[in-house]
Amino acid sequence: MGLKRTVRLGEALRYRGQGPMLAFLLHRIGGVSMVVFVGLHMVASFVGGDFGRFVNGVYQHWLFQAYIYFCALFHAINGLRIVIMDLWPKLLEHQREAIWLEWAVFLPIYALSVFWLARIGLGG
Amino acid sequence: MKPSKRTLSLKERGFDFETFMWFYTRISALAMYLFGFVALLGAMVMGARLHMTLADVIRWSFMPTLYHVQNTNIPAIEPWVSLFWKLTASLFVLFAAGHGLHGLLSVIEEYMTIPWLRRTFRMVVLALWVGVSYIGIYLLWTAA
Repeated sequence: MGLKRTVRLGEALRYRGQGPMLAFLLHRIGGVSMVVFVGLHMVASFVGGDFGRFVNGVYQHWLFQAYIYFCALFHAINGLRIVIMDLWPKLLEHQREAIWLEWAVFLPIYALSVFWLARIGLGG
Repeated sequence: MKPSKRTLSLKERGFDFETFMWFYTRISALAMYLFGFVALLGAMVMGARLHMTLADVIRWSFMPTLYHVQNTNIPAIEPWVSLFWKLTASLFVLFAAGHGLHGLLSVIEEYMTIPWLRRTFRMVVLALWVGVSYIGIYLLWTAA
């Protein structure tokens, strides 16, 4: 027997979870992106040839690096928040503040890194 | 009003596959923070500041392998391909593959409600973990 679902797609799309929902979604999107990226990167390096050169060529573009860096950095910082909250459940009372703190850490590091990645990528 | 209880003891919860992987996901995440930090620190000690771009350093920190320093300006490659870095990268691959593939399984299981299909996916992901880890470690140790 299948599991019973109580949330329909329409209801899910109308759900307004705000900050925690956004963090949940970005964590998932980033995680799946990294699995696909690392998996393809490894297969491309293993197989080599034209396929390997094409895939790794895409990966070396600064725009792709900016995307995958977003995924990895956000996933890492958000993951650290999740681990801390799990280890000290009383902190869950301050989850929204923790998410604001997470963005405060993420944004400057990411913005500065992407600025440099773009400079290098554009030959500056 | 008394606040609702947010925790469940291991005795109440039971130590099943989900509990084990919940624990593994957190431990492997902490291990990967450590590996990334060690790789970043190692790169700085070995002269990354003078011979590598930021993109090179980020790539090396995500996975400390020869492939990620081949196209940089570092004058001597030997320190970057030592046994220490091969072992660190191998552990990184094992933890990352388990963490990532279990994450993928968690996402799939949220939409996959048929029990036999869920069991099948668990077997597929386990096989993928072995396969991906093998390819990753093979690439690390045969890089030349």
